Amino acid sequence: MGKEIIKRTKLEIAKSPEGLEGPGFFATKLDSVIGLARANSLWPLPFATSCCGIEFMATMASDYDLARFGAERLSFSPRQADMLMVMGTIAKKMGPTLRQVYEQMAEPKWVLSVGACASSGGIFDTYSVLQGIDRIIPVDVYVPGCPPRPEQILEGVMKIQELAKNESLRRRDSSEYKKLLNSYGIE
Amino acid sequence: MSQEILDKVNAKLKEKFESGIEHAELPYDFATFTVSKEKIHEVLSFLKSDPDLNFHFLTDLTGFQTEDEKHLGVIYHLHNMVKNMRIRVKTFFPMSNPEIPSAVDIWAGANWMERETYDFYGVKFKGHPNLKRILNVDEMDIFPLRKEYPLEDQSRDDKSDKMFGR
Repeated sequence: MGKEIIKRTKLEIAKSPEGLEGPGFFATKLDSVIGLARANSLWPLPFATSCCGIEFMATMASDYDLARFGAERLSFSPRQADMLMVMGTIAKKMGPTLRQVYEQMAEPKWVLSVGACASSGGIFDTYSVLQGIDRIIPVDVYVPGCPPRPEQILEGVMKIQELAKNESLRRRDSSEYKKLLNSYGIE
Repeated sequence: MSQEILDKVNAKLKEKFESGIEHAELPYDFATFTVSKEKIHEVLSFLKSDPDLNFHFLTDLTGFQTEDEKHLGVIYHLHNMVKNMRIRVKTFFPMSNPEIPSAVDIWAGANWMERETYDFYGVKFKGHPNLKRILNVDEMDIFPLRKEYPLEDQSRDDKSDKMFGR
C-alpha cells in the first residue's frame, strides 16, 4: 500500500572556509565568508525559451530540487537576481532583450548557458538564430546537451557556486573585468 | 466540386477580363488561376466585390521563387465562406522588378502577410501603408528565403570544411 516513506535525516551543512579556529573564535578571510554566503543563496533568473526550459522545470521540481543548493527562490526580476540561466534557442531578434536583462542585473552576476542552442546556436545554424549567447553577453558556465538532463543543469549550477565561492571581492571592480564587459560593448 | 468552382470562376473571369488570365488549372484538385502582374489588383478586387463570387476572406498570402531563380511570385488563397468555395490565385514577375500592387485596400488582413512576404522575398507591395520587416531583425540586409542567399548563418567560423571531411 502506497510508497514507503524514506526519512532522510542525514543533513549536511555548508562547509566552513579555511581559517584559524580556537575556543570562542574563528578567523578567516572576508572573501571566503561572503563567497560562502553568495554561493549558497544564488537567486536564479530563468530565461527559458524552449525544451531546455522544460528540463529546467524538472530541475526546479521536487525530484531534482534545485532548492537543495540554496537556489529555490527564482527571481523573475533581473534587479534581484544573481545568476542568469539562459535555456533554449535565442533568436537574433531576442538578442537585445537578453542583453537588456543582463544589463539590468546587479553585480555580482553570473551567467549559465544551458544547452546546445544557447551555447552555440545548436542545430539552428540559420539566418534567424543567434549563434551562441556569448556573442552578446559574457558566459561563465556552459552546459552541453540537447537538451541536458536535470543532473547536468545541477552540475552547471554547482560550477557557478564554485565560481561564486572562490571569487575575489575585488574582481568586479578590476580593470580586467571592465575590459571584459567593454569587449561586449556593455557600459 | 473543385471542377465546378474552376468552371464557374473561370467563366466569370473570362467574361469580365479580355486578357490577364494566363492559366486556369486544377492541380491537387484545387482551382488555381495564374494572373498577369498588370491585372492582379483588378482581378482580386473583382473576385471580392462580385456578388456571386464574393471571395470575402483572404486565407493566406505568400511569396515564392521559381526554380530558375529568375522570377518571384505571390500566391493568394481566397475563401468564400458562404458558399464554401476556395481558390488560389498566382502571379509571377521578374526578380529585377519585384513590385506588385498591394491588396491591403481589398482585404485589411493582407497587411501583415505582405510585410512577411516582403521580409522573406523582398517583394515590394506598392501602396502598402507600412512596408517594413515584420519577423526578422530590422538590421537584416538580405531576403533570407531567396535562393541566392545562404541559409546558414555566415558569422560562424567553427564550421570549416575540415571538421566535416569535405
